[in-house]
Amino acid sequence: MATITVNGESRTVDSDPGTPLLWYLRDEAGLTGTKYGCGAGVCGACTIHLDGVAVRSCMTTIEMADGKSITTIEGLSADGEHAVQKAWRELSVPQCGFCQAGQIMQAASLLAKNNAPSDDEIVEEMGGNICRCGCYQRIHAAVRLAAGGV
Amino acid sequence: MLHYIEEHTKTSSQPVGQSAIIENVSRRTILGGALVASGLVLAVKILPAYAREPMTPYPTGAEGMSDKTVNDPHVFIAIDKSGDVKIVTHRSEMGTGIRTSLPMVVADEMEADWSRVSLVQAPGDEPKYGNQDTDGSRSMRHFIQPMRQCGAAMRQMLEAAAAAKWGIDAKLCRAKAHKVIRLDASGKETGETMGFGDLAEAAIALPTPKVEDLLFKTPDEFTLMRKGETKIADLRNITTGKAIYGADVRLPGMKFAVMARPDVLGAKIVKYDASETLKTPGVEKVVEIEGFYDVPRKFHQLGGIAVVAKSTYAALLGRDALQIEWNNGENGSYNSAAYSKEMEATAAKPGKVIRNEGDVDAAFAAAKQVFTADYHGQHLVQAPMEPLVAVARVADGKAEIWAPVQSPYGARKDIAEALKLPLENVTVHVTLLGGGFGRKSKWDFMIEAALLSQKLGEPVLLQWSREDDTRHSFYHTTSVERIEMAIDDKGKVTGWRHRTVSPSILSTFAPDSGYQFPIEYGMGFVDVPFDVPNFRCENGPAKAHTRIGWYRSVSNIQRAFAVQSAVCEVAHKLGRDPKDFLLEMIGPDRKIDLKASGFPDDFWNYGEPYESFPIDTERLKNVIRVAAEKAGWGKTLPERQGLGIAAHRAFASYVASVVHVVIDDDGTIRVPEVTTAVDCGFYVNPERIRSQIEGAAVMGMSNAVYSGITFKDGAVEQSNYSDFNVATMHNYPKKVNTIIIEPKTASWHTGGIGEPGVPPFAPALANAIFAATGKRLRSLPMGEKVT
Repeated sequence: MATITVNGESRTVDSDPGTPLLWYLRDEAGLTGTKYGCGAGVCGACTIHLDGVAVRSCMTTIEMADGKSITTIEGLSADGEHAVQKAWRELSVPQCGFCQAGQIMQAASLLAKNNAPSDDEIVEEMGGNICRCGCYQRIHAAVRLAAGGV
Repeated sequence: MLHYIEEHTKTSSQPVGQSAIIENVSRRTILGGALVASGLVLAVKILPAYAREPMTPYPTGAEGMSDKTVNDPHVFIAIDKSGDVKIVTHRSEMGTGIRTSLPMVVADEMEADWSRVSLVQAPGDEPKYGNQDTDGSRSMRHFIQPMRQCGAAMRQMLEAAAAAKWGIDAKLCRAKAHKVIRLDASGKETGETMGFGDLAEAAIALPTPKVEDLLFKTPDEFTLMRKGETKIADLRNITTGKAIYGADVRLPGMKFAVMARPDVLGAKIVKYDASETLKTPGVEKVVEIEGFYDVPRKFHQLGGIAVVAKSTYAALLGRDALQIEWNNGENGSYNSAAYSKEMEATAAKPGKVIRNEGDVDAAFAAAKQVFTADYHGQHLVQAPMEPLVAVARVADGKAEIWAPVQSPYGARKDIAEALKLPLENVTVHVTLLGGGFGRKSKWDFMIEAALLSQKLGEPVLLQWSREDDTRHSFYHTTSVERIEMAIDDKGKVTGWRHRTVSPSILSTFAPDSGYQFPIEYGMGFVDVPFDVPNFRCENGPAKAHTRIGWYRSVSNIQRAFAVQSAVCEVAHKLGRDPKDFLLEMIGPDRKIDLKASGFPDDFWNYGEPYESFPIDTERLKNVIRVAAEKAGWGKTLPERQGLGIAAHRAFASYVASVVHVVIDDDGTIRVPEVTTAVDCGFYVNPERIRSQIEGAAVMGMSNAVYSGITFKDGAVEQSNYSDFNVATMHNYPKKVNTIIIEPKTASWHTGGIGEPGVPPFAPALANAIFAATGKRLRSLPMGEKVT
């Protein structure tokens, strides 16, 4: 039995403690905004925040989150107006959009700890989030745009 | 059928009066029935903007597609009493923006206020909506005309409805910005208007105007088309996690499943033991799905063992515990390294002649020098970020499938056959696609889910793992392209011989002859528009040992790489500037005369009628000149940096790219900038064209440098993004400059945009690397370092 705060709401989780949060969120908690892309921590599509820091939910188990707080794309902001979300829309970043929840969560995590990242820091932080459509140029620009507003 | 929607009661929020129109006051030309504005002098002028013009439809390849096109506003448009408009979007959204762009065409042409428009995704039903196979960069190319007709017809019906209500001639009624304005006899606005909502009911009851009676907006009156200011419809949902992709569908009582499939094509199960699987917590059932082993395999299921569970994770754990013994069969001997050598040996021998012009043998016999090079390409997997997935509910003789599918009607037909159900009892819903790149127009994953649900009698979500997606695709083919040129004593290329050797996509659909077919020949092989008098294209055999399919831009990848690399190689050999030499190879401005140039009678031309979409060397040369100029071609760069150029016509569009490469001290290939000029004719959504070109550069970089699928003993060696490498934020082309060419005449019809950006990148990069280092890389992927 684990207790996890999901998007501000405390939940008791009695699933197998070894279950990755990705599958708990998607198949049990009904939060499908977090995406499955690789299951191996190599694409970033499933990125969420664990106590405010970006982690890959496919590699983070229920056990690891016990007593902690997680935030998914659905909970990043109540009204969808987080500076990163706004910047993403302003620059029309997404193509297919599938990786973007992970990209946005990664960017929000970066900007929470560093509100004026250098280009190199953006690349370093975002470098593990794959976008097969190839939106990187706009992702980079949107992180910079959002940096002013976080 | 036009739905009249009572339940919507929102009121019009944006009353619009006479609006300021930016009118192009310079020279206009009317060509081929459509008005084209040219020149750069703009002036703001208040005018009642009612210019409308007739337009003679031009033929497209849509006529050759199943169920062709539909242009009936009763099918595509619904207006409710409050004036809210629903537009059906019948093509699949996989990232190109087409779900937004086609309705945008309808809305603009009918004068609807975009903020009042919502979209309805069509299920798979081609007899009703026209062709839905979202593939081949065809959506805008084939549907811009029907969608403009649809919008224009609706506009005229609304005007006619207003005319009836006012009891005046319809000529005195003009739709503008979601209302119809009443004019006086002199054409001035009377101030009296009626909103679309008030007119909807009467408009619906009117007959649809005939196409020949339709009048269209002139380009200077467009409010959405060609503006690049319209956000994609799903943008907010994507950024808030609410967008629904395949795996996000939830049905009451739905189970989660994964499947174990054969690693080698055609492998059969000898025996299996699921006892440990069934002990896995959460696992409920293990179901064998019979594979389809006959040839051709088409999009039939591979077959295997499905593990059905309470969650995807339980199903994955259960699958890990399966013990399966396979008999690999004849494809178990497929090894990429050995196969590549076989293809190279075949390419060294004469093949089947596909195109022949002049006397190639004589040209080579008389040559002062001869150039020969082989260019290699590995298999590729589409690897969209969303792995394959489908949700199926088969019960009581009916089936409903939800899936990220590029071709919902084709899928529906095959699913009905697999389930032995009548077509009308099968419904295919299209979710958003988390990328497609060709993989999701092959619906084996949907047939599997449907068969599984039928066996279970329960709804089920069948998820492919990333490893499944990597190992069980319909792969981009592997290839050897041999290019030979005969060069005379004046440095002119007098002979061209191109041999292509590559397992064919056709092997998936017909008994494998080893030879390619016109669709593949038409992609950068026989259609090379060079001004070389003796020209021959040959194809040597190569049999397939895996499922071969299409991947964004298909055969163009390896053909453009070979052809555009070879031209640059010869330019250097002759001491010529590669850009100038490429222009010289293309020769004078002309539309290629297919017969005189020895083209095969079954030349494909992307399915387009040649008279509407000829190979136009003026347009190809133009993109080369524009890209070169904007990229600063000829500028001096530091050591170990270089520019490379390549150009290619694909999917009826013309694209040239100049790649700027930097080779780091450790040999790492970096691309700080790419400049791409794209001529896709009459374009609609420049903002999404730019995003497609930016994405094409990234995928081009992946194809050129990082990505490759290889086989060992019949099985794919790669598994995930950890070993099937793609460009990331660390190594993508950092800055993509996109120049969209304005159509010079109305006969520059809308071409494709999803795929044409990809082919020029790899050769432009190879040419840049040569400029930077003097090293010529002839194999894809090149690897991340120049050694």
